Amino acid sequence: MSIDLSQFIPTFLEESFEGIELMESSLLNLAQGDDETINAIFRAAHSIKGGAGTFGFNHVTEFTHLVETLLDEMRDGRREVAQKDVEILLDSVDCMRLLIESIRDDSDYDDSKIIATSALLTTTLNSEQTSTINTYEDTADDVIEVAANKLDESSTVVVASDTDSNKCHWAISFVPEHHLVQTGNDPLLLLNALKELGDITISANCNAIPSLTEFDATELHISWQVELITDANYEDIAEIFEWVEDDCQLTIKKVQPASNIEIIDENINRDGSNTSEDKSSATPEQEVVVKPASNASKKNSNAVSKSKVESGSIRVGVDKVDSLINLVGELVITQSMLSELGNDFEPSKISRLNSGLEQLLQNTKELQESVMRIRMLPISFAFNRFPRLIHDLSKKMAKEIELVISGEQTELDKTVMEQIGDPLVHLVRNAVDHGIEATDIRLANGKPEKGTITLDAYHQGGSIVIEIKDDGGGIDRDTVLTKAIEKGLVDESSSLTDNQVYDLLFEPGFSTAKALSDISGRGVGMDVVKRNIQSLGGRIQVESTLGQGSNFKVFLPLTLAILDGQLIKVGSEVYIIPLITIVESLQVQDAQINRTSGDMVLYRLREDNVPVIPIYKLFNIPAQNKEISQALLVVVEAEGQKVGLMVDDLLAQQQVVVKSLNDNYQQVEGVSGATILGDGSVAMILDVPSMITMALKLAKTQQKSHQAAEEVVH
Amino acid sequence: MNIQALVDEIPVEGEYALEGLDFIARGEQYLTFSLGIEQYAVDILSVEEIRSWEQPTHIPNAPSFVKGVINMRGVIVPIIDLRIRFDIGEAKYCKTTVVIVLKAQHENQYRTMGFVVDAVSDVLNAEEDDIKTTPAFGGSLAPHYIIGLVNVGENIVTLLDVTALQTIPSHQTKQ
Repeated sequence: MSIDLSQFIPTFLEESFEGIELMESSLLNLAQGDDETINAIFRAAHSIKGGAGTFGFNHVTEFTHLVETLLDEMRDGRREVAQKDVEILLDSVDCMRLLIESIRDDSDYDDSKIIATSALLTTTLNSEQTSTINTYEDTADDVIEVAANKLDESSTVVVASDTDSNKCHWAISFVPEHHLVQTGNDPLLLLNALKELGDITISANCNAIPSLTEFDATELHISWQVELITDANYEDIAEIFEWVEDDCQLTIKKVQPASNIEIIDENINRDGSNTSEDKSSATPEQEVVVKPASNASKKNSNAVSKSKVESGSIRVGVDKVDSLINLVGELVITQSMLSELGNDFEPSKISRLNSGLEQLLQNTKELQESVMRIRMLPISFAFNRFPRLIHDLSKKMAKEIELVISGEQTELDKTVMEQIGDPLVHLVRNAVDHGIEATDIRLANGKPEKGTITLDAYHQGGSIVIEIKDDGGGIDRDTVLTKAIEKGLVDESSSLTDNQVYDLLFEPGFSTAKALSDISGRGVGMDVVKRNIQSLGGRIQVESTLGQGSNFKVFLPLTLAILDGQLIKVGSEVYIIPLITIVESLQVQDAQINRTSGDMVLYRLREDNVPVIPIYKLFNIPAQNKEISQALLVVVEAEGQKVGLMVDDLLAQQQVVVKSLNDNYQQVEGVSGATILGDGSVAMILDVPSMITMALKLAKTQQKSHQAAEEVVH
Repeated sequence: MNIQALVDEIPVEGEYALEGLDFIARGEQYLTFSLGIEQYAVDILSVEEIRSWEQPTHIPNAPSFVKGVINMRGVIVPIIDLRIRFDIGEAKYCKTTVVIVLKAQHENQYRTMGFVVDAVSDVLNAEEDDIKTTPAFGGSLAPHYIIGLVNVGENIVTLLDVTALQTIPSHQTKQ
């Protein structure tokens, strides 16, 4: 039994989260008489309960047991699948998630919700009790047992706190099967564990031991009677026997020396691990349950800090691993071919060397792609939470909404996936709250009563596009503009394109909602959404037709770890510009250079005026070429702004592996990271948006110092 | 009472095997090095490796004592010149210039940084009693860098705090 159980906890957590997700999505699709789905939900709940029991997470076990009982009744057809019950079950799933998360983060949780939900569950279970008795009178025995179970389940929530003080007398009969010791269980350990619970008297029954001739030393023929006086409750005792409950006849009885004794025997060997408890103590559970709820909510009302521990594991399909192994095999063959070639090399073999190197290049490339694919997950991981969200929101807002999801098999890097979840939730909420109109308005506009929100994901070029589309009212350009002018974000005189107007939505504190709702409308969030997407190297684009709906498109890079880069040279330094930002590279032509408004250099690129940023000035480094007239210009675009970066030389284009400067140093302005080039030297990867901000800051300080100088003169 | 507690009682093989390492873990050995004519030392357990000087890649707008970053077996490691940082001696780079790579914990992650010094000298054994507090008359070094002073023969060695050494103020664009 010397297994360190804690090593299995991460697996338990992972499986529990999967189970919870399965329960949630199945509950949302649950229809009357759909036995297969109910069974699936039941199985998920049962595994979570079992796992939690094994690791001693009693609060999870207790709570899940209630859920399981309700599901069990649905499964047996003793209970109709009512919408009300499904809602309670959905709430319960939330609670289970809360509990499991608290285990994962090793943190406290707000138990008011748990207590409230378990009270709800208990009431539901009990309310059925009377009607059950009425309907199934012929199977009265069965029913009473069920009722008894229900009662003590409700009590387990309460009893845990109030039995502490009074010591009880327990009689335990432990009759192991003959093969118990062969499964690696030692009865001595179990009895020692019992001893720690309180005062104990053990008597062994050795009558069943066979004569020496028939005796098999690997079989156990002794049984025990244990008298235990302890303040521990039934669960604590049963837990000790948890691992052996299938291999023994176990009876745990409560023997109370007091008068009104009512004992329910419980044989754990039966299916399920039901609990038994004194009926009389369980009767007033309704009032008792409510009180701790109010206390707890006061106690825990201060926000629970959700420290998110990034999970360190990833599930990979076997096919991906297999392809990786194949590729490594090929790599090994190429390597041995090359080393054989090197053993006795002569100039005549140069063509074979070349083809070997070619093969190596091919292998490396494929290997790289294959390894990157391991980090890729289908986007359904991020989309899965939305059916529930829409379900809850549409109920809350009294809007009928249908969610259409497509392209959920599109794969996305795990890191990107983890960070895109919250921004997507925000966009979907916005679509429900601001996008889809109220039902009466929809009908008046000749639209179907039910609003539609479409989530779609697909590849486009080197990026992934996620669309959040609604068929609601669309964005009213004029309202946005009026509000922006009111807030002083834009000048009244300025004429803006549609895109520029929609960009205003992402300004901090901007909201056009006429009334605040608790879903959205405070104007906090869209700026965060945009920032989050940008920090992932992506962008967001809005399309909207008034009266027809809006479409938010999120463009994300396929992966964060590798990017296509253009190597450039300034002075003696090599930098890398992400290829995705580059519009074009060109040789400066004198005629196109304009100096305006006090030495601001603009380059005329067709009809655009592109400001020129000399990298050497921005980074304070020496450069070969400080004159724009002979320079090379790399025109880049970020956040809709085009700038020309002045460089000394253009070098190769290549894929580079992004390494963080943050790990050992700090974030550096104008640089998104570093990479290691083929010759082993380090090169900085330029961060174009941040360089633009730097250039703007630089210009501002110049203007300020100029202004100051002016004031001195006056 | 649960199964886990039972498990805990049974000693796992090898659990106590690390006891013998205690005497090293107390960190009473220091690596001494020189900056100009002065002697300094850092906890020897934080020393990752000692390398020769190579030209690092410049970091845009970094403070002058941050020489840049190098590639140390695939890890990007920043290089700090202690002579410039402490304003001691002369910052010249020749064949004998060495870089001491130090690793220390910051909050919950390890940071690796290289520090340029004039020469690495010796390993110093110092008991806790040998470490004296710094007089408050103060040289150019801020007191938070210094753990204490140790007398070695005729000379004095300054013990430096690695975590403080690795803390670099965030730099902004030079205006």
